[in-house]
Amino acid sequence: MTNSIGEVVDTDCMFVIGSNTTENHPIIGAKMKQALKKGAKLIVADPRRIELADYADVFLQLKPGTNIALLNGIMNVIIEKGLYDQKYIEERCENFEELVELAKKYPPERAAEICGLDAEDIVKAAVLYAEADKAGIYYTMGITQHTTGTNAVMSVSNLALLCGNVGKESAGVNPLRGQNNVQGACDMGGLPGDLPGYQKVFKPEVIDKFEKAWDVKLSSKVGLTIPEMFNGAHDGSIRFLYIMGENPMVSDPDINHVKESLERLDFLVCQDIFMNETTEFADVVLPAASFAEKDGTFSNTERRVQRVRKAIEPVGDSKADWKILMELMNYLGYEKKYLSPADIMDEIASVTPSYGGISYNRLDNGGIQWPCPDKDHPGTKYLHKIAISRGKGLFMPSEYVESAELPDHDYPYVLTTGRILYHYHTRTMTGRVEGINKLAPSSYVEINEETANRLGIEDGDRVQITSRRGQIETNASITDIIDDGVLFMPFHFADGAANYLTNSAMDPVAKISELKVAAVRIEKVNGNKSEVV
Amino acid sequence: MNIVINGIHYEVEKNTTILQACRKAGIDIPTLCHDDRLEPFASCRMCLVEIEGSNKLVTSCSTVVKDNMVVYTHSDKIIEARKDVLDLLVGNHPLECLSCDKSGQCKLQDYCYEYGIIESSYNGDRREPYVDTSNPFYDYDARKCILCGLCVRVCDELQCTSAIGFGNRGFDTVVTTPFNEGLINSKCVSCGNCVSVCPVGALTPKVQKYRHWESKEVQTTCSYCGVGCQLNLIVKGDKVVGAQPSKEGPNDGLLCVKGKFAYKFINHPDRIKTPLIKRNGKFEEASWDEAYRLIRRKINGIKEESGSEAFAGLTSARCTNEENYLFQKLFRAVIGTNNIDHCARL
Repeated sequence: MTNSIGEVVDTDCMFVIGSNTTENHPIIGAKMKQALKKGAKLIVADPRRIELADYADVFLQLKPGTNIALLNGIMNVIIEKGLYDQKYIEERCENFEELVELAKKYPPERAAEICGLDAEDIVKAAVLYAEADKAGIYYTMGITQHTTGTNAVMSVSNLALLCGNVGKESAGVNPLRGQNNVQGACDMGGLPGDLPGYQKVFKPEVIDKFEKAWDVKLSSKVGLTIPEMFNGAHDGSIRFLYIMGENPMVSDPDINHVKESLERLDFLVCQDIFMNETTEFADVVLPAASFAEKDGTFSNTERRVQRVRKAIEPVGDSKADWKILMELMNYLGYEKKYLSPADIMDEIASVTPSYGGISYNRLDNGGIQWPCPDKDHPGTKYLHKIAISRGKGLFMPSEYVESAELPDHDYPYVLTTGRILYHYHTRTMTGRVEGINKLAPSSYVEINEETANRLGIEDGDRVQITSRRGQIETNASITDIIDDGVLFMPFHFADGAANYLTNSAMDPVAKISELKVAAVRIEKVNGNKSEVV
Repeated sequence: MNIVINGIHYEVEKNTTILQACRKAGIDIPTLCHDDRLEPFASCRMCLVEIEGSNKLVTSCSTVVKDNMVVYTHSDKIIEARKDVLDLLVGNHPLECLSCDKSGQCKLQDYCYEYGIIESSYNGDRREPYVDTSNPFYDYDARKCILCGLCVRVCDELQCTSAIGFGNRGFDTVVTTPFNEGLINSKCVSCGNCVSVCPVGALTPKVQKYRHWESKEVQTTCSYCGVGCQLNLIVKGDKVVGAQPSKEGPNDGLLCVKGKFAYKFINHPDRIKTPLIKRNGKFEEASWDEAYRLIRRKINGIKEESGSEAFAGLTSARCTNEENYLFQKLFRAVIGTNNIDHCARL
């Protein structure tokens, strides 16, 4: 997030696109509703009529995969009506002319046609967003999990810059990060091209710096992303895989491909707190301590580095992940010993400019938001305050391009996936909580009543869904929150796993898979009603 | 603004309530229905104070300081008034402290102790028993409810779900869902924020079974989504037995159903408790030394045959910064490849 969670309540207008906030980030969802009580306006764009849509001033129920057309349509209206922030653009941005040219191609009527919306609603949304003093855009995987995900993020950024909403309190571009420490895992160099603090492996001065700090030779070759790793395992070029705290046999697209890839590995190490669908393929499983059993830090979606504190001793012979990794490094001949996670954080601060001023003794009162370059820096509430970090805010106009897989005669429906309030990711944790399983016991597919009627499917029927990659069975849940022709499945459940169906086609830049759009067909299984446990 | 509290002069900012002024001055004013995050409700009457020149006692939570106000917080008149409040509350409250989960952290119990209330002097009617046990995580027992309204207001003003409200009238008032349809059939999203603010034992987590005085609290960061809510894990012995939101941090004292109630995986019997090595297709328990040695042998062998680029690692968005740092360091500095990624795209 460019801005902070606490700023949400003081915003004038919220544009929520591709985020079911009240279910996936419930506390931010609650803050949004608090903002509404204080008079904020709300625009919601989502293929499903999510809870926030009920409170929206404008709800845009767009077709999955059409975000860029909508965003360009909104910018067309703002530019045509002269509602953009001319002064801000002149002072802080560049490449505006190119955006104007692109936006011309997306009059609201055309955008509406592509997105399956009313042109009037697009105009209404554009005016609401542009006329608000402080307007924040909030998005999640509904924007990013497409073959055009990177361009959609650029389009979000274009819109925010157009109205001067970057570098302003209670506004900004706010991706809401999914996992507890996905922000931190990225910050720490858990990416194939980035050392800690997004320092690029292909830059000689970066490699030089880390070679000195770590006293080893380093590779400057950009590594593989997860889908590329699985492809590598599939073709035999990757022989050894180490998976820490992840369950790709449920969470990753095209599970059949993942399975074949794991089977072809020479050696698989899994480090986790529970056995799961992926550990079954492991040669060695290392028992890790849970978050309650160790010290450390997580960095949340607003870049706030916060303490994790040990509440109980590790269960059984399990060990904190940091301890396992350190001991393994020692076994492999790298002798460095860390006495505690605080010790590791000191090393992180010494090589990571944005964490330069972070140490445990500063984290006891509410954490610190990076960038925090030195010991006296208070942290950064919102980014780009004085000027855009790169110098000028660069408009990156992006054309709408169709999803990789569109419905056709054989696979006539669009399947989109997501999370629900009660479960987390692959249910390794929430699936072991009795009350949670009472409220959300099993896999299901949301299906519009008209679609269901056409196919003779009734609520609760067992249905079979097939894509080009796989086939699963699940229960039909008939609802009016989704359009005719569109299906929605939560991806949490291993039994009836949505990711057997999803498309692994990738965005060329971010290498993110198109989990939000897959063409499928659906049919009733034997006409039997299923037993819902 | 100047204010004199119990004979001592203080300066406070405009629009400060008497309660806020007292708390800032370190003077303890009892409250049952107050929460800084909510609009003043002035229903419990425990925060009564005396203002010089006024015959009437006022509720300090809802009265804004006026310049040169002279306030008394613990005069005999006030102590008597607070005792009357407690006497009335206890008159309609089952004294089941021996078996009540809330004992030891119940504000009513604490204030009765402080103000010397042993039992009620009133022997009137008792409310009809009304319980709602339909939610899988928590129960409501109207007999213990003091109608402070904290639950209703948190659900409405902060959580903004408005699943619960006051039902019936006067003596028979209870906290309930519309049409008494039961929590499980209401808009309730099981966030438990009502449970977290209940000052008595009316809203309690199911199967709690620990005594406050045999537990400790450890503040940490929730391990579910990216909001980073601050919560206190409640620990009894070697087990986590509960979670309470912290008012520090981005969550401002709120949690969702996962943060509040889905902690039971921590001590679940399914936890992996020892390293496992697969032999002949079956996992067998192993020592750490055996596991590390096997991994070392494989790494060295494959590295010799195929080089560093034959290795890849998935670090974890579920683990700490320090662990992610070490994971990529293991791969980059020790194994020699940048083939590191994690589930940022999922």
